[in-house]
Amino acid sequence: MAAGLETRPLVEAQGLSKRFAPPARLSDVFRGKRPETFAVNRVDLAVLPGESIGLLGESGCGKTTTGRLLLKLIEPSEGDILFDGASVAALSGAALLAFRRRAQLVFQNPFDALNPRFTIERALAEPLVNTGVEAATHRDRVEKALAQVRLPPLARFEGLYPHQLSGGQLQRIVLARALVLEPEFIVADEPVSMLDVSVRAGVLNVMREVRASLGLAALYISHDLALVRYVCSRTLVMYLGRIVEEGPTAELLKAPQHPYTRALLAAVPVPRVDQSREALPIIGNVSDARGQPAGCAFRDRCPFAMPRCAQEDPPLRAIAPGRRVACHLS
Amino acid sequence: MEQPVLDVRNLVIEYSTSRGVVRAVDGVSFQVPKGAIVGLVGESGCGKTTVARSITGVMHQSARIVQGELAFKGRDLVSAPARHWLDMRWREIAFIPQSAMNSLDPVYRIGAQIEEVVVHRGGQSREAARTRARALFEMVGLNPARLDEYPHQFSGGMRQRVAIALALALNPSLIIADEPVTALDVIVQRQILDVLRELQRRLSLSMILVTHDISVVAYLCDRMVVMYAGRVVETGPTVEVLERPRHPYTMGLTNAFPDLDAAAHELVPIEGSPPDLAAPPPGCRFQPRCPFALARCAIEDPPIETAGPASAACHRLAEADELRRKAGEGATWLPA
Repeated sequence: MAAGLETRPLVEAQGLSKRFAPPARLSDVFRGKRPETFAVNRVDLAVLPGESIGLLGESGCGKTTTGRLLLKLIEPSEGDILFDGASVAALSGAALLAFRRRAQLVFQNPFDALNPRFTIERALAEPLVNTGVEAATHRDRVEKALAQVRLPPLARFEGLYPHQLSGGQLQRIVLARALVLEPEFIVADEPVSMLDVSVRAGVLNVMREVRASLGLAALYISHDLALVRYVCSRTLVMYLGRIVEEGPTAELLKAPQHPYTRALLAAVPVPRVDQSREALPIIGNVSDARGQPAGCAFRDRCPFAMPRCAQEDPPLRAIAPGRRVACHLS
Repeated sequence: MEQPVLDVRNLVIEYSTSRGVVRAVDGVSFQVPKGAIVGLVGESGCGKTTVARSITGVMHQSARIVQGELAFKGRDLVSAPARHWLDMRWREIAFIPQSAMNSLDPVYRIGAQIEEVVVHRGGQSREAARTRARALFEMVGLNPARLDEYPHQFSGGMRQRVAIALALALNPSLIIADEPVTALDVIVQRQILDVLRELQRRLSLSMILVTHDISVVAYLCDRMVVMYAGRVVETGPTVEVLERPRHPYTMGLTNAFPDLDAAAHELVPIEGSPPDLAAPPPGCRFQPRCPFALARCAIEDPPIETAGPASAACHRLAEADELRRKAGEGATWLPA
């Protein structure tokens, strides 16, 4: 991690990789081949207590897999995850349950994340039941979580089911459901991508408030630069399983270093007519994550690629305090 | 003034549902000038897709045009015989769907699917169709060498290019694109928008682009039509509507929309949610969420009126400059 950090990270990933074996093709089975895909490839990252981090990237870059790895919802192929200084790899039983209470996921699609047959009250209490929290405290904790997402009191949801609520309310219920366990760390995977603009802002504001008032550490997974800019103090950019750039969000947006980050920034449309319509500094399409050759994963789309980029994989190097880039040009 | 390619007049569309009749589109009017891209903007359930679908003549079976006209090159489609509409489809009015994967047949080669349109709908020969398919592929930035591949061999962005090529196959006069870039990643999205922009310039296409994303409208559209709860609340040249919104809903929308280039600003939500169209409120439909609502707004429906280059449906249209200034202050939108 960046030098000069005195606080111990709450969550730390070290050399984290996840490979998936795709469904084998018949011809490969006969040849005894089963190529693997690196969804996440040697990722190092750290989240400080109370810090909000953005994990930015396009579909298939491995950002969701990284989030799931950090929460131990899936097991890494290589590498380790430290939570509060201790490895989560071997956790089981009561220790795993304790970890689950401390690290929670906020789902992307509020319309799918809640059981349609559960009342709102039951949905909110479910995590408490599942992690064995004393039943007498449930109502108070649910009330508290609802107040945190600005939807109190519980009485207004008496007997209501998810389909009776609006999208914005549902997403706040989904957030409240993560908060009832009073976690220290949440992973929010595209938390507002399903919502309309006019309500999205409200949910984002609630998320910011909650995070600040509870001192929560959060990892926001998103493809949306504007969202990351709005809620995250630090941002990591992923491309084909690798982190290619990291930095304080404002600096990263002002002076992107990696050619991929630059292209990503140039591609974001803004709601104003007088915007740049210049050609993007990028070539072609995302290449297949399967059977990747040596060298930089971005080189075939990079307008600045040199022979060296095909031979040597650029490591993620610190170029300034808190600022890392994986590019031979930096 | 030159006749618009499409003139939508007082369109009313209803769905019959288990909860009764829902008027999803309630008196919508707008025009598509020749060679212009018109953005039809609004949030989920505002009726924008229903309007777009009605123009293609392919609507959900429970939907019905109750009233209004769709004058295409001066001739009303609503009152025309079904046969006429069928003839128009694809030849004159073509459709680009949101998800190209669902509009391509997975078991046929892509080239064959384009040729089929040119042969069966366009009445051209197989050879002519093959030539046309190659030309279309080049037009949308695809390599004609890949015409014999199957949809699954193409990426999402490439499939969307195929969908554009298919829509262009018979040189239509009007293209309806329903959220054509919504499902795409930002870089691919930009590439597709550039394809559309380039084609519009070269072929002077007339297009309706349905989207929830005002930044896409800002990038591509000459004019925009803002819909809310089944009605048009504001319409005009894009630059005018985005920079000097006249309707409080448009003002709220621009406040709530993140702008990467602007100095860090607070995103201000519009409290509440759109009304239930099965039982819409009387008066202005935005009134329950509007910070500027007067007593009158809950009773009387504001007609759409012109103010300078744009039009809006608001009782306080004359005060638009003052309201816009207030709308820029976050506190204005806090719940009372």
